Amino acid sequence: MSDVLAIADHRRGELRDVSYEIITAGLELADETGGDLHVAVISGPVEEFAEKLNRTGVDAVHTVAHGEEFNHDVYVQAITQLHDAVSPQYLLAPNSVNGLDYAPAVANRLGLPLVTDAVGLETDGETLIATREMYGGKVETTTELEGRAVATIRGAEWSVAEGTGDAAIEAFDAEIDESAIGSTVTGFEEVGGGDVDISEADVLVSVGRGIDEEENLELIEELADALDATVSSSRPIVDAGWLPKNRQVGQSGKVVTPDVYIAIGISGAVQHVAGMKGSDTIVAINTDPNAPIMDIADYAIHDDLFDVVPALIEQFQ
Amino acid sequence: MKILVTVKEVATVEDEFEIDGTEIDERFLGADLNEWDDYAIEEAVQLQEAGVADEVVTVTIGPEECEQTIRQALAKGADRALRVWDDDLEGVSLLDVGAKTDILQAVVDREEPDLVLTGVQSGDDSWGATGVSLADAIGFQWAAVVNDLDLDGDTASVHRELEGGVEELTDVSLPAVLTIQTGINEPRYASLRGIRMAQRKDLDYLTLADLGVDSSAVEGDLTLTDMYEPETETDVTIFEGGADETAAALAELLREKGVAP
Ligand SMILES: Cc1cc2nc3c(=O)[nH]c(=O)nc-3n(C[C@H](O)[C@H](O)[C@H](O)COP(=O)(O)OP(=O)(O)OC[C@H]3O[C@@H](n4cnc5c(N)ncnc54)[C@H](O)[C@@H]3O)c2cc1C
Repeated sequence: MSDVLAIADHRRGELRDVSYEIITAGLELADETGGDLHVAVISGPVEEFAEKLNRTGVDAVHTVAHGEEFNHDVYVQAITQLHDAVSPQYLLAPNSVNGLDYAPAVANRLGLPLVTDAVGLETDGETLIATREMYGGKVETTTELEGRAVATIRGAEWSVAEGTGDAAIEAFDAEIDESAIGSTVTGFEEVGGGDVDISEADVLVSVGRGIDEEENLELIEELADALDATVSSSRPIVDAGWLPKNRQVGQSGKVVTPDVYIAIGISGAVQHVAGMKGSDTIVAINTDPNAPIMDIADYAIHDDLFDVVPALIEQFQ
Repeated sequence: MKILVTVKEVATVEDEFEIDGTEIDERFLGADLNEWDDYAIEEAVQLQEAGVADEVVTVTIGPEECEQTIRQALAKGADRALRVWDDDLEGVSLLDVGAKTDILQAVVDREEPDLVLTGVQSGDDSWGATGVSLADAIGFQWAAVVNDLDLDGDTASVHRELEGGVEELTDVSLPAVLTIQTGINEPRYASLRGIRMAQRKDLDYLTLADLGVDSSAVEGDLTLTDMYEPETETDVTIFEGGADETAAALAELLREKGVAP
């Protein structure tokens, strides 16, 4: 029982990056257990996906043709059947929104322990040691578990697997009980649009929950004016309705790559960082010297934004 | 229709803190209602106000001190609350998804709700998995990361918020568990009247034995073995001094980068 089974992620006909990262994570574990790496891809153009997933080191790619898009009931049934067939020690899924919509159910159905959002995985063949974050990234932890397990991995933590492998590509004949399908996807909707495209901006002045009240946004707009920059924000500002959705930077918002990103009163939660880590220069203004944003900032001021921002505006007048 | 909402009191950490073994030293911890659960409570209460739900019940796994947080949920409009705790739970350093599922499953068996709302994740241990795991255990349908909900008869039409500004539109048949994302509504503040009324609402305390859950269930499969502050990946340059000095240094940097006059 030492093989690894990794599940690919895709949407609207495209494999998502985490599909290649999970191969790397899987190869590392398979190396440590001395087992094989199996990759599975469910729904969509599975043949075409399988060719792409056949990267160096992959031993087998299992395809389950069933419908075009993700449906968690199909995934849960297909994966539990694959699990019985392959009998892996570790089952890996992405910690994506869809991963979180099936992996906990798969773990429950198989009676296996579950560890989510791992940023590191190690095993000696018996014990799985997972590194995770807690308290919004303020601390890192290790958790251990014995025997078989299901783990979901955070995106962009492992490198993308390269090369072409010589995997056996096999169609897996999963028996999908249609009567057990309790939800139906009826469509997709793009959110956003609107006046400004923050992904085009060279300079972003981005504001987070540290701003406290809607009225205080004026201060940020004043700074943006002085710098000829565009205002963007973390999620809570949009949730509160203080800025429109098209200003949200992050996993569920926009990915931005400006020359300069000034994060004001933003902690740097992983879902926020996912949208702005590609910025050339990152400046953080935050009272908390331990805020996770400090891990990716190039420059930082550990001080109250209500002192620093007015002083900064003055510098440009 | 009866709605069960899972409500968690999460630990909050001060800016400066110390780690003691595998825990943050208590002196640096505060407590708050889990942000995502606040939206789940609001959604349930709005369904009740719209006449769709008859009763909103909350369930919390936690010690007596949590009752302040539970009263907050009651003050926002939940009808009554359950709190599960006992000595076995007291001794657990990491309550994993499997253990939470076992406890909440027993609560669902007792309450028989038509709809269960949970937060997408909790702000402290952020497993992000309890709702979906519970759904599978109790044989309910489910949807994770829901930021829009419309109930019509036996169907919940939801939006699931995917990555990159895309939402998935899904119909889920009831009974179901939905994990609620922030932004789905605007959580209310507890009014003074609400707070006064909350004092009179039922807050039942249950042990694992009351629920018929074996104490071995809460030992869980996972052990927390280490906790530490993450290493900084980049060499961040920190501007030191008062606001005038740091602002001047930052202004100089921005001019160097060709930003602003
Ligand atoms: C599925 C999912 C998707 C998500 N998608 C996104 C997304 O796309 N984008 C996103 O941003 N979030 C997203 N989130 C939410 C994310 O997890 C965080 O909750 C959010 O990013 C926190 O925003 P924040 O940093 O503004 O607030 P907080 O985490 O509350 O941080 C506020 C910061 O301000 C600092 N501060 C407070 N007062 C001051 C002051 N006076 N001066 C200076 N600093 C101060 C504090 O020290 C703190 O660091 C998502 C979550 C989930 C579960």
